[in-house]
Amino acid sequence: MTDAVLVLEDGRTFAGQAYGATGRTLGEIVFNTGMTGYQETLTDPSYHRQIVVMTAPHIGNTGVNDEDPESGRIWVAGYVVRDPARRSSSWRARRTLDEELDAQGVVGISGVDTRALTRHLRERGVMRAGVFSGDALVGPEGDRRPVDELLDEVLTAPAMVGADLAGEVSTDEPYVVEALGPDGTPLDTPVATVAAVDLGIKAMTPQRLAERGVRVHVLPSTSTIDDVLATQPDGVFFSNGPGDPSAATHEVELLRDVLDRRIPFFGICYGNQLLGRALGYGTYKLGYGHRGVNQPVIDRATGKVEITAHNHGFAVDAPLDGESTAPHDGGRYGRVVVSHVDLNDDVVEGLRALDLPAFSVQYHPEAAAGPHDAAYLFDRFVGLMTGTDDPTTKGAA
Amino acid sequence: MPRRTDISSVLVIGSGPIVIGQACEFDYSGTQACRVLKEEGLRVVLVNSNPATIMTDPEFADATYVEPITTEVLTSIIAKERPDAILPTLGGQTALNAAIALDEAGVLAKYDVELIGANIPAIQKGEDREQFKQVVEVCGGESARSAIVHTIDDALAAVEDLGYPVVVRPSFTMGGLGSGIAYDEDDLRRIVGQGLHYSPTTEVLLEESILGWKEYELELMRDKHDNVVVVCSIENVDPVGVHTGDSVTVAPALTLTDREYQKLRDIGIAVIREVGVDTGGCNIQFAVEPTTGRVVVIEMNPRVSRSSALASKATGFPIAKIAAKLAVGYTLDEIPNDITGSTPASFEPTLDYVVVKVPRFAFEKFPAADPTLTTTMKSVGEAMALGRNFTEALGKAMRSIDKKGSVFHWAGEPATGEALDALLGTIGRPTEGRLIDVQQVLRAGVDVDEVYALTGIDPWFLDQVQLINEVAAETAAAPALTREVLAHAKRHGLSDAQVAQLRGTTEDAVRGARHAVGLRPVYKTVDTCAAEFAALTPYHYSSYDEETEVRPRERPAILILGSGPNRIGQGIEFDYSCVHAALALKGEFETVMVNCNPETVSTDYDTSDRLYFEPLTFEDVLEVYHAELAAGPVAGLIVTLGGQTPLSLAQRLADAGLPILGTPPSAIDAAEDRGEFGKVLEAAGLPAPAFGTATTLAGARETARRIGFPVLVRPSYVLGGRGMEIVYDEHQLAEYVQRALDNAADGGRAGTLPPLLIDRFLDDAIEIDVDALFDGEELFLGGVMEHIEEAGIHSGDSACALPPVTLSTSELERIRLSTEAIARGVGVRGLLNIQFALVSDVLYVLEANPRASRTVPFVSKATGVSLAKAAALVMAGRSIADLRAAGLLPVQDASVLDLDSPVAVKEAVLPFKRFRTADGVVVDTVLGPEMRSTGEVMGFDVDFPTAFAKSQEAAFGGLPTSGTAFISVADRDKRSIVFPVKRLAELGFEILATEGTAAVLHRSGIRSRVVRKYSSGRGVDGEPTIVDLITAGDVDIVVNTPSGQGARADGYEIRAATTAADKAIVTTVQQLGAAVQAIEAAQAGPFTVTSLQEHDAAADQRRAQAAVVTA
Repeated sequence: MTDAVLVLEDGRTFAGQAYGATGRTLGEIVFNTGMTGYQETLTDPSYHRQIVVMTAPHIGNTGVNDEDPESGRIWVAGYVVRDPARRSSSWRARRTLDEELDAQGVVGISGVDTRALTRHLRERGVMRAGVFSGDALVGPEGDRRPVDELLDEVLTAPAMVGADLAGEVSTDEPYVVEALGPDGTPLDTPVATVAAVDLGIKAMTPQRLAERGVRVHVLPSTSTIDDVLATQPDGVFFSNGPGDPSAATHEVELLRDVLDRRIPFFGICYGNQLLGRALGYGTYKLGYGHRGVNQPVIDRATGKVEITAHNHGFAVDAPLDGESTAPHDGGRYGRVVVSHVDLNDDVVEGLRALDLPAFSVQYHPEAAAGPHDAAYLFDRFVGLMTGTDDPTTKGAA
Repeated sequence: MPRRTDISSVLVIGSGPIVIGQACEFDYSGTQACRVLKEEGLRVVLVNSNPATIMTDPEFADATYVEPITTEVLTSIIAKERPDAILPTLGGQTALNAAIALDEAGVLAKYDVELIGANIPAIQKGEDREQFKQVVEVCGGESARSAIVHTIDDALAAVEDLGYPVVVRPSFTMGGLGSGIAYDEDDLRRIVGQGLHYSPTTEVLLEESILGWKEYELELMRDKHDNVVVVCSIENVDPVGVHTGDSVTVAPALTLTDREYQKLRDIGIAVIREVGVDTGGCNIQFAVEPTTGRVVVIEMNPRVSRSSALASKATGFPIAKIAAKLAVGYTLDEIPNDITGSTPASFEPTLDYVVVKVPRFAFEKFPAADPTLTTTMKSVGEAMALGRNFTEALGKAMRSIDKKGSVFHWAGEPATGEALDALLGTIGRPTEGRLIDVQQVLRAGVDVDEVYALTGIDPWFLDQVQLINEVAAETAAAPALTREVLAHAKRHGLSDAQVAQLRGTTEDAVRGARHAVGLRPVYKTVDTCAAEFAALTPYHYSSYDEETEVRPRERPAILILGSGPNRIGQGIEFDYSCVHAALALKGEFETVMVNCNPETVSTDYDTSDRLYFEPLTFEDVLEVYHAELAAGPVAGLIVTLGGQTPLSLAQRLADAGLPILGTPPSAIDAAEDRGEFGKVLEAAGLPAPAFGTATTLAGARETARRIGFPVLVRPSYVLGGRGMEIVYDEHQLAEYVQRALDNAADGGRAGTLPPLLIDRFLDDAIEIDVDALFDGEELFLGGVMEHIEEAGIHSGDSACALPPVTLSTSELERIRLSTEAIARGVGVRGLLNIQFALVSDVLYVLEANPRASRTVPFVSKATGVSLAKAAALVMAGRSIADLRAAGLLPVQDASVLDLDSPVAVKEAVLPFKRFRTADGVVVDTVLGPEMRSTGEVMGFDVDFPTAFAKSQEAAFGGLPTSGTAFISVADRDKRSIVFPVKRLAELGFEILATEGTAAVLHRSGIRSRVVRKYSSGRGVDGEPTIVDLITAGDVDIVVNTPSGQGARADGYEIRAATTAADKAIVTTVQQLGAAVQAIEAAQAGPFTVTSLQEHDAAADQRRAQAAVVTA
């Protein structure tokens, strides 16, 4: 057992054992309350530069398989757990999580009172932190490095506010996810074509579209409107991703170009925040964010509640009740409603333009990990593109 | 959408007596429902025959009927109360079946009553196997391949296709009653035969075996707006093949990836929608093939279930409470989450801890029963524990079971050779002790994969058990008990006692070492949300972690120790008293409940100001006390309301300096110590039966001769009458001693005999039970109960009547004086229960227990006086005079007979039907000094015969009012039966009797038909024996009193056949007398129904009139 220490920006420390790789890692520390889906969480690009605390105590029980990753690598900057599995048990497991973290150089810590840590973050808000183990924890003389020294290193980590990170996680080259027929084989004639701007996209998102017969061109975050138009899209999609939406100047401009052309638009998570900004609303950082798979969100059109997967530290600041005129450029985008609201804390969870074919949600209908309650949103997007469903006039099914 | 305005009164149906498979979880759910409905301003009408429930306390409903849950009685209640709706989903299978019966009888239509919570088609779709299979298919799920059969021949044909082993499940039975696994044709014939019998629709499902698959449950809720949430996932550690009630289970599910979990969730949601549970909860069970992930839906319950109670306690999401709100029209998002206070109930709880439930069994009470666990539930209770990891939760849950041999151990060397082979040979068969055997096998070095192959227990769980073994080994091998070593051990759930065993030292020494290094548990909070939001409700569990969440407080606290897992002899009755204490003390004190039983009302977060979900062991209680002392002043602990479990901790807690409220532990000991208690009786001039102790056969013989046969023999230091027998002669005594010696040899103490207590057995005595309250000055006689059965039948199994039917005023006065003398002599402050025996005008004291008894709730219901509440206040320092002045106790106690008072009869409910011998025959049903009942009912009416008839109706489905009666009694009883049998014949029964009994009857002028004894076999022309007749259903009531000698086998066969045929059985002469009176009362016509509130109002009126007369 190698000792490890977690040091928070405000000076609080937690002792534990090294988990995964040893060394040092710095980042913004956030907690995730999902009881399942650690593999999806680890590989979700939205967690780039974040140290993730799992509130569920047992992590790694089902090992690591080759089907569930949401991207090509683990993105979390560090991993904090209480009781890592010693043995994995699943017919799909290929290796243990410990091995995987180590192989990908992810520094983690186990044996931490993750509940105390979560309560601390809940009360103080998310903050910067560092995990130190091995050589990073022990000085050249073989003695434990003083906490002050570790804390100084934590304070060198960049803050999340103002961070433009999409470029760091986006694909370098465009690629296509082919449309699938009902039997799961590729479809010759897609129902629709979508240009999906990868701001940290999860693999399940184009998959959910493809399952509905949609061909998806996944484009780098640096794409221009011409790149988007070159795919001859029936609709444009902006994905989830890390960072502060107020720093995403290029992406917001691109989105306005899309809106101006009245191309049907759907955004998820970061994509929702960018729609908000494109429409002229503000965004702000939540105290400790929503990260988990049990958030109740109400669809205001139907009054129905869906249990949803969340991973967001920022949110859109838009009027909760009734229609409002999108502030951008003197109301050029017309009226907007907040379509979805989190019932726990009244955070804006979805926007719908009434005078444009555009909508977005702050949460994750692709649900990997998480419940499938919001999958209807993909149908709604397909309907919007094919003209069978217009969200400006109709609620959810 | 607010609640419905078209409903103004609701009938809630309870679940009746506690039986295996349907325990006090339905008191918990029903109590919550009644509270909710009352808060909503609805008129609540409740029916439940079980007096030991909180829900039947008059304040929880507007009209409370402690009446049999039968169609006839329910119809009377509906006709009288005219409710707008019936809520049948919170009273288990009993309530659901009652609702279906009401519908079929046309009662719902006739009185225009709506079922809320679940409608008839939904109930049918969920419960009917064939319909449910179609539901599963529509929902994109798979069912095990199966066939529905209505006859044995159908079954034989179906199994040609399904193959053996095949699972047998009768339709519409609860707790898996009558189900089992058939490995061959003999099994099939037997199990299907029973199943067809138990199924009210004579329908049985045969199913492809999915034995050994991983088993999961989801608890779902749906509102009228079609919002669905999954409250909790539960994983069974024991794979498919063991009833979930008998499995060790864990929440949340720990060995599923998100994809697999979401698949179960998707199917579950589709199923609840398709079945049409539109305002309430349901439970769905799944099997997952471990090698492929293939999912099979096993079954669903369209109602609140035992698992819902577990899920509620595990997550903090009160399923029953929310189900009641949904039933009256709210939607999930309109209901606040009580725990956070700031978020809605339309969410799915997330856990940052692990919950483990361990069942508690009672096989020791049924030595003849096959102890293999099957799909028929056999456990009588359960304990739940929470920890920050699986090992911690498992260790705590296992020690919560409060039974010898129920925790992991490292005594002796690991098994090798033959001993190990023997263990390996048995762990494939699920039994009560399998997990411990598994631990021993792993300890012996057997590989996890090999154990997995033998048991089907998921390797992850096995690895955790292996982890515990490793931690134990490190703890044993460590040079010293450092903080690190101890912290490691505690983090993985080892108790101080286990560490002591590993280190060869004492528990006290380990605790000393632990406290010396400042290592104590912290208390985390169940908050439904993994700390995402602040929690308002202090609902704690201990963990060896960093940060504690116990909040400081100002008011002094009183800790109430609960009773732990239900077991025979210690069940819901004790929880009832604990809950009353919490209710009585709330306000003046901060009430702090400590308990580990998830089925109870006491572990509802609403009951006390604070709740600690903790094992009731010395170590765990001490730590809770320490944590609460750090939070504020502690006035003391109440240990006398939760039964033997907290009582047995009293002396140690007092020695450790904890303030024990009420009767001091030294006085508790004095009452239990025969010598000390003898002195109390002597000083008071009260007679007790002669007694002695012996440690050898010779000594036993000598003592028995001195005392005189018959004698009552039992090992000392036992509870609930364990091993107690009535011995009529020296031969029987020698047998008993030999068995005790054998048992001692099995326990590794060959040749030594634990001290035997030998009492004079008072033949033909009237046994009297008394519950009283004493404050040091004054006695309040709560209730005097006269047993129907003679002394010698355990009081818990005996029916009794209150007020005592045959006692005179002067006898009552003697009882009062004797009770007061004992209370004073022992030094009671609080409740006292005494058993007296009245023989030839001498009132003997059999035993006294200075604690709440099993009968406290019955007495409270029958008299309308809450003894437990009064007791809690007396323990907190109030006097009886104070309580009288405050109106909490009436001026007159039970020593004054109220001539117009109705009569309450308590009847015990026995679980014999659940237990089969290895050959598949029902175990013997004869009553004895050892308690074996699981629950009780109350019959309440103007006179004894009607009250007794109601109690029989509620307990067993009633006595026949016509038909055939078979009489076969022991010689000593022959004289006493003449009159009752004569009356039976007059009432129109045909009398059957064996030769000897027939002769006696004949000489008394009673005609009877002679039938063949079982031991004589069938006649030359195939004339049936009595057992054949009973099995064929040709006998409606059997009267069979066991004789000490001979004919024993005959009696057993007769009783077993009667129980298997579900016919009325009478095994004592006293019961026969009562039964005949009851049959006469039942023949007089349908029962009238009276609510407790009406009874209480009438009593108040009589008291007022009496006061006027005396003034």
